[in-house]
Amino acid sequence: MAETHSLQDMRQQAAIAAKVFIQRDYTNGTVCQFQTKFPSELETRIDKQQFEETVRTLNNLYAEAEKLGGSSYLEGCLACLTAYTIFLCMETHYEKVLKKIAKFIQEQNDKIYAPRGLLLTDPIERGLRVVEVTIFEDRSLGR
Amino acid sequence: MKNCEYQQIDPRGLSTPSSTQPYTENNVQRPRRKWEVFPGKNRFYCDGRIILARQSGILPLTLGLIIVTSGLFFAFDCPFLVTHLTVCIPVIGGVLFVFVVTSLLQTSFTDPGILPRTLPDEAADIEKQIDTSGSSTYHPPPRTKEILINQQVVKLKYCFTCKMFRPPRTSHCSMCDNCVERFDHHCPWVGNCVGKRNYRFFYSFIVSLSFHTTFIFGCVVTHLTLRSQGGNGLVLALQENPASVVELVICFFSIWSILGLSGFHTYLVAFNLTTNEDIKGSWSSKRGAEDSGNPYTYDNIFTNCCATLCGPMPPSLIDRRGFLPPENIPPAVAVDMGRPPFLAKNDTNMCTQRTKDLLERVIRSSELQGLWPPGTPKTAPGQELRARPESRSPAPSSSAGLPPSSCSGSADGPLPTGCSGSANGCPPTGCSDSANGHPPTGCSGRQAPSMECPPVNSSKRPSMHSNNPAFRLASPSLSFTHNTVILGDAPDMGFIPLH
Repeated sequence: MAETHSLQDMRQQAAIAAKVFIQRDYTNGTVCQFQTKFPSELETRIDKQQFEETVRTLNNLYAEAEKLGGSSYLEGCLACLTAYTIFLCMETHYEKVLKKIAKFIQEQNDKIYAPRGLLLTDPIERGLRVVEVTIFEDRSLGR
Repeated sequence: MKNCEYQQIDPRGLSTPSSTQPYTENNVQRPRRKWEVFPGKNRFYCDGRIILARQSGILPLTLGLIIVTSGLFFAFDCPFLVTHLTVCIPVIGGVLFVFVVTSLLQTSFTDPGILPRTLPDEAADIEKQIDTSGSSTYHPPPRTKEILINQQVVKLKYCFTCKMFRPPRTSHCSMCDNCVERFDHHCPWVGNCVGKRNYRFFYSFIVSLSFHTTFIFGCVVTHLTLRSQGGNGLVLALQENPASVVELVICFFSIWSILGLSGFHTYLVAFNLTTNEDIKGSWSSKRGAEDSGNPYTYDNIFTNCCATLCGPMPPSLIDRRGFLPPENIPPAVAVDMGRPPFLAKNDTNMCTQRTKDLLERVIRSSELQGLWPPGTPKTAPGQELRARPESRSPAPSSSAGLPPSSCSGSADGPLPTGCSGSANGCPPTGCSDSANGHPPTGCSGRQAPSMECPPVNSSKRPSMHSNNPAFRLASPSLSFTHNTVILGDAPDMGFIPLH
C-alpha cells in the first residue's frame, strides 16, 4: 500500500506534463454530453478516431442514463407512490449506468490510454463538468 | 533562532518512528470525508448522509405547524368523525400526513444538485481560455459565454466563487454559497435550495400539503357543522372545541398560499420552467421580436411533467461521504499541525525539503525496482516544486481583489421572492475566494460545524493540506536557504514510514 501511494505520488507529482479538459456540449440542452472535438494537445499521443470513439461512447452511456422512457417513468411513478422512500433502498437506473461508465473508463484507461501515457478521469469525480485527460511525460526517450 | 535550535535538535524527529507514530496513526486512522471540508454553507448530519442549508430557516416551524395541526386533528376531530361518518377519514388523513412529512424531509435533507467547485487545474484551464487584461487585482467585467442550445442563444455566466462557467439553468445560491443545477429557488420553509435533484420532492410536498390542509379544513368544518346541528349552535360548538378552531385558523391561512404555490409550480412543471427563469423573464416571448422561447421545453405538457417529475434521478455530484484522497506527503509532514507549538512557521519549509528528499529517494528506489526507467529526471519533483509556486502566487492577490466581484457574482444567483423573505442578507462571499476550492479563511462559521478550523485556513501553511498533492510541496519559501543549511541531516530522520 505504501508503494502504491508512493507510485501514485510519483505519477502525480513527477510526471504530469499537462491536463486537457473536455468540456460539456450543451447544444442539445442540459443532458450530459461532452464535446467530441479532438484537443490539439493529444495529437501526438493518440489517434483522433480512437479518442472520438471513446467520447462518443461516453456520451451514449450518459444518454442512456438520462433517457426518458418507459422504464424511467415507471421508476419515477413507483418512487412517487412510495413517497420516494424506495430511493433509500434501491439503486436508481442512473446509478447503475454510472457504474457501467466507471467500468468503461477503467477499461479504456487500461487498454488504450495508459499505454500511451494518458489517463482519463471519470467525469463524475469532476461534477460531470469535464472529462479530464492527464498527459504524463513521455518516458520513451529515457528507455 | 530558537526555532533553529529546536529544529536542529528536534527530539521527536531524532527518535524512532514509534514516538511519532501516535501522531501519524492519528491522522492516518481517521481519514476525513469530503463533507468535512465542503466549502459551501451547508450543514451535514449522520456522517454526511443528511445535508441542510446552514440557515435552516423556518424548517422547524414548518414541521411544527404540520405536526401540531395534524396531531390536533387526529386527537380531537377524528374520534367524532369516525363515529359519525367513516373510519376512512383518519386513514386518508394518516396517508396524507405521511406523504407530507416524508416529502418535506426529503426536500430538506437532499442535495438539491450542488455543483462541486472546480479544482485548481480546471479553474486555471478556464482562465486561460478567457482573455483577461490587466493585473490580477483588477476586477474583470462579468464573464459570459454564449452557446447554442436547441438553436437558441443562451448566455452562460462565470461564477467567481465556484470558478467555472455555470451550466445552463444553474444558479449560484447566495444563502448556501453553492452553484445549484436547475436552480429553482431557496426555500426557507424547507431550509434548503430547491434544485434539480429535490424539485420533485418539493412539488410532491406542496401538492400533498395542499390536499392535506384542504382535507383537514374540510373535516373540521364538517365536524363543527355536525356538532352545531346536533347541539346548541355554532358558537357553542366552537367554544367546546378549541382545538378545531386552532386547526381552522391555521388551515385557512395556509390554504391560500399553499394552493397558490401548488398552482404556480404546476404551471412551471407543465412548461418546463424554473421559478428563477420565470421571475427573471428569461424566456418571455414579450422580450423583443425574436423567438426567445424556452429551449428546454419538450413542447408537450405531458412530456414536460414526466421529464421533471418522473425523470431519472440524477446522482449527487458532491460525494459527501467519499474520503478525501490520502495525503500523498509523508504523514510526518502532515503531522506538523499536531506538533508541539515550538515548531513554528519554519517547519513548513523544513517539511518541504524533507518531502523533496523523500520523493527523490522514492524515485531512486523505484528505479532500482524497475518501476521507472533510470532516465527519470530527479529534478522532476524539484521542477514541480519550482513550477507550482507561480500558479499559487496569484491566489493571495486575487483574493484581495475579488471580494467586490464575488459579491456581484453571487448576486447573480437570484434572490427568489417567491418563497424567501430573508434572502436579502447576502453575506460577502469574497471570503470564499481566498483559495481555489478551499474553505475560506476570513469568514467564521462557514463550514460544517464539526470541522474545526481546518489547517487550510492558516495562511502560514497554505500548501500542506491541499488536495492537490503538487501544492503541498510549494509552500512559500520564506527562509528556504536558512532551513536548507539546517537540514543537512534531515533525510536521516526517521520520518519516512513508507519504508
